[in-house]
Amino acid sequence: MSLRSSDGGPAAGSPATGVPVGRTADQRPAPRKRKNILGRQPLGLLFSAPYVIYVLAVLAYPLGYAVYISFHDFFFTAPRVKVDRPFVGLDNYITVLSDPAVQRSFANIGVFLVINVPLTVGLSLVLANALNRVTKLRTFFRVSYYVPYVTASVAVVGVWLFLFQQNGLVNALLGPLAPNPSWLTNSWLAMPTVALYVTWKQLGFFILLYLAALQNIPDELYESASVDGGNKWVQFWNITVPGVRSASVLVTLLATITGANLFTEPYLLTGGGGPDGASTSPVFLMYQKGILQGNPDVAAALGVILVIGVLLIALIQKRLVGGKEA
Amino acid sequence: MSVIDAATAANNENEKNDDDAGLPGALPSGRGGSTVEKRRNLGVGSFVLLAVGAFVFLFPFYYMFIGSLQTSPDTSVAGAFPNPANLTGENYANINGSIDLLKGLVNSGIFTGGVILFTVVFGLLVGYALAQMHFRGKGFVFGMMLLVQMIPFQLLLIPLYVMIVRDYGLADSYIGMILPFAINSTAVFVFRQYFMQLPSTLFEAARIDGASELRILWQIAIPLVRPAIVTAVLLTFIGPWNEFLWPFLVTKDSSIQPLAVSLANYISNVAATASNPFGAILAGACVLAAPAIALFIFFQRQFISTNIGSSVKG
Repeated sequence: MSLRSSDGGPAAGSPATGVPVGRTADQRPAPRKRKNILGRQPLGLLFSAPYVIYVLAVLAYPLGYAVYISFHDFFFTAPRVKVDRPFVGLDNYITVLSDPAVQRSFANIGVFLVINVPLTVGLSLVLANALNRVTKLRTFFRVSYYVPYVTASVAVVGVWLFLFQQNGLVNALLGPLAPNPSWLTNSWLAMPTVALYVTWKQLGFFILLYLAALQNIPDELYESASVDGGNKWVQFWNITVPGVRSASVLVTLLATITGANLFTEPYLLTGGGGPDGASTSPVFLMYQKGILQGNPDVAAALGVILVIGVLLIALIQKRLVGGKEA
Repeated sequence: MSVIDAATAANNENEKNDDDAGLPGALPSGRGGSTVEKRRNLGVGSFVLLAVGAFVFLFPFYYMFIGSLQTSPDTSVAGAFPNPANLTGENYANINGSIDLLKGLVNSGIFTGGVILFTVVFGLLVGYALAQMHFRGKGFVFGMMLLVQMIPFQLLLIPLYVMIVRDYGLADSYIGMILPFAINSTAVFVFRQYFMQLPSTLFEAARIDGASELRILWQIAIPLVRPAIVTAVLLTFIGPWNEFLWPFLVTKDSSIQPLAVSLANYISNVAATASNPFGAILAGACVLAAPAIALFIFFQRQFISTNIGSSVKG
């Protein structure tokens, strides 16, 4: 995703490595190079073909198809049955946007993002920074942080259900402070609990991203800062945080995309949509409306709206986090 | 031959440096007395922070295992410690009676293995072509690879369901499960990055010697980028092994469902009727979690920040 920015380098680099070679070859058999309009190794086309065909057939075509479905009165039929699917303009979009359940699900995602994104950015940066400084038990720490990330959500959901049930360990520890109704059946706490779960689950991946970014900050900056008498907080805020800014843009973007894709966690943790739709996610509604209720056109429109929403949020975040350079 | 040996040596050297870069203490120079002092100042606080964090991250897994062995769920604080009187293997037998764990694991394995196979075979081909071959349309393929990583799955959910399940009738089949994930573009990117690190003169020399591109790829390029294959397999593994939504949509027949799907169905439908539902759920969870955790602990050196970083950032 940040491929765009940083990959100007390698992308521009690959022809660049080719050019000098081409030039040196030019000095002797110049005609040989011009002979083949498909390039010097036309077999490259053949090597790329399966991937290109795959991308066009399984990713690009469905992308267009989604937009097509969202503008038509589309319903399921038996395979290869020709039916009339009239163009209905924005009807599906109007249906989706005026549905209170959809509005609620977008509000839920808003709650999720407000909790998840700052927690993810803050915790993963602080933990990555600490990991970068400690030499003892480094491997142990690194492994413990990415264990939740590499484990299936369905598996760890089980233990969260166990921990956060009405008379679970968490409430046993909290005693009289335990919320009532309990975490996952409480319409105020259901979504924050889901957000907390996802933060915990994904944090390891973001820690690794920040660790990679921290490698690129030159040690000299820290050295000159400590010579100038800057303490560790000054160094953290003035060197580390700006130094990993492009990683922060990426982390906020990826965390937002994770949030918009939310399905498994609310579905299993809160038994579908949670109390009174308190943890219903847009993707859950896409599943419900599109596949269970047989309205793929409405579900496709919801998908388009969701993606446009993510793009808008991403643009805003990029402005906020990225500053002028990103 | 000597060229290849030199390249191998260079490549190994790179790897070594990559690993060293992960350990500040191992950096040969650039860290003078001031850095040591800095590290001493921050070391203790960081260590405590990391230890607290590690506890928060690992405790649920420990508790998952303990809970899977309890005859009756003990949710008091004492329940977090194993009590021999309350330990049993029965939960594993119970969950295995409701969902066939072995079959679930095999289905997960076929799904994941299929995705990895397609990704590695076609990813190596296109990665090599993008890094070391000059052909018309290369820029297009490269741009496509970057764009693909930004396609949101929410947009594909409905059309892919319509196409794969309704139009092609691939519901309840491994192909239907694998298709949307078959070639992982992130892995393609990893392959390209690794192939780019190899000197192009190596390949020019082999071409002048008359080796075919396939032979160059198989005999020269692939042996030099073995770490890339491990990285790509690890990166690709997490997706399908943990994927729930898509196989959940595609499979209704329990004999073909990956373990994640059958366990999820158990959690949401069957568990309420079991005598010790949490014991059974946690036993299933342990079976689902164990292979992934074992794999990543075994290969943890390959799954490090530099690899992840290069895969998403370039």
